[in-house]
Amino acid sequence: MSRSVLMQGNEACVEGALAAGMRFFAGYPITPSTEIAEACAVRLPQVGGVFIQMEDEIAGLAAVIGASVAGKKAMTATSGPGFSLKQENIGYASLAEIPCVIVDVQRCGPSTGMPTSPAQGDLMQARWGTHGDHPVIAVSPSGVQEVYSLAIRCFNLSEKYRTPVIFLMDEIVGHMREGIVIPDPDSYEVINRPLSGVSGINKTCFHVDPGEWVPRMAPFGDGERYNITGLIHDESGFPTNDHDTARKLMERLFQKISCNYDDIVQVENDMMEDAEIAVVCFGGTARAAKEAIREARSHGIRAGMFRPVTVWPFPEKELRGWIPQLKKIIMAEHNAGQMLREVQRVTEGRLPISFIGKIDGTLIRPDEILQKINEANNEKMQ
Amino acid sequence: MKGRCAIRLSGSGGQGVVLISVILAEAAVLNGDKTVQSQSYGPEVRGGMCQAFTIISDEDIWFSKPEKTDVLLALTQASLNKFCRDLSRDSVVIADSGLSIPGSCPASTVFSIPILETAAKVVGRAMTANVVAAAAINTLLHLFPDDIMRKAVRRHIPAGTEELDMKAYEEGVRIAGMAETGSVSRFLPETNCLCGH
Repeated sequence: MSRSVLMQGNEACVEGALAAGMRFFAGYPITPSTEIAEACAVRLPQVGGVFIQMEDEIAGLAAVIGASVAGKKAMTATSGPGFSLKQENIGYASLAEIPCVIVDVQRCGPSTGMPTSPAQGDLMQARWGTHGDHPVIAVSPSGVQEVYSLAIRCFNLSEKYRTPVIFLMDEIVGHMREGIVIPDPDSYEVINRPLSGVSGINKTCFHVDPGEWVPRMAPFGDGERYNITGLIHDESGFPTNDHDTARKLMERLFQKISCNYDDIVQVENDMMEDAEIAVVCFGGTARAAKEAIREARSHGIRAGMFRPVTVWPFPEKELRGWIPQLKKIIMAEHNAGQMLREVQRVTEGRLPISFIGKIDGTLIRPDEILQKINEANNEKMQ
Repeated sequence: MKGRCAIRLSGSGGQGVVLISVILAEAAVLNGDKTVQSQSYGPEVRGGMCQAFTIISDEDIWFSKPEKTDVLLALTQASLNKFCRDLSRDSVVIADSGLSIPGSCPASTVFSIPILETAAKVVGRAMTANVVAAAAINTLLHLFPDDIMRKAVRRHIPAGTEELDMKAYEEGVRIAGMAETGSVSRFLPETNCLCGH
């Protein structure tokens, strides 16, 4: 039986994670993500899980990686300042292929910025924050119901592709409350990492079976003995400087994401079927965009909204598909133009783009987007 | 409910205005309505200006900060002065009776009711002002049935305060009832149902 409840975005993140099987959380509370840690502290012991408040954000993700290696689905949550600190361990989880979910409830920055004010300035940090070449999956919700379902999805992608997944929330969605329907557990899929089933020493713990994208994994402590490292490694899990091995490993890390693009990438197309003007946005900004395009439609303007739900990899195929029918794109985001660059790259100058970017801690309002839509519509008429 | 009602709740950090908005949103969900609740405040735990929003509608609600406020609750003079500028003639103001209504306030319906004094002196605890206010808002606006509103309050008050907070609830209903008869309101409302049209 589905039931409707009032829930805050941060609470829905925890409930969705629990529904996906999260049984470990370690972190260091920070506004506007604090309610995630608080809810985990209450809820995890109720389901036999473990909550630890660590000494800092770095240790929070380190503990999560350890818990995941031990076989638990694990998550940490933070905001901008803590997200910076987690980057080193995100890189480790990426190369060592440790499934884990890192929630970043974005706030106004840089540095400690404005803790209670919304922003979306961590989009590029989610992509490039950790050093070295690496693939990334990052997912961004626009409402409380979606926070719940995408939290499940983050865990599923993380387990399936043995990779850290960044759940890129923002203060708008994290602190908002809405009535949501808790879905029946039979109505969604829960994916668990592929298990190896080896006992004793496993000298091929990073071997990938034909037809699979990732090595099978065994929980530390269950009898299989193997090595994990942040150094480039061969099938045995031990470091190597062999260039051929390094190339093959790095190529597989990229290809496990790029070759499964269609499985990973999700977008929302709202009133796009006949749209001539598209508002592109992500996360909580979509709420102002939805109101603006509805108002524009009521005046006969063919406006729609294109929203990357998966923000990394960027949904370039889906955006490119809309280019022929569009006259103009309006990019709206709470930063100085981070997704704008991606949209410019994908559209290759074939469409004019106008930009609304806010970096002062206030929200982009529907009337501001509507004004740009009206301007675009007037340009079209000329 | 039919139509849409955007309520802005404002005061000082520590007065519990966010909780009022959460209680109203909880009642909306229990009543089968759509709702979005949000808040805006600074880094201060106490004393800074604080505002919260509850939007209730029978249709989908997207933007969380209403562009047009139907109802303003103000518990401090600073918040009343600041936010009454955004109102229109159709708006409703519910202000603590200790506040003076700015002459420039465009709202045609203003309820001036003793929320803070009732909490401190009648209920006996200043911290119950938010429950007094929540009950008064619901009574004045006829938003939700009384049993749903009581249930929403019970879900969000700390354990061990049920008796105190239910007394606060009763007092909120009582002072709103006095306002409806005109004894403490500056103007009589023109209609009974102030939202949803």
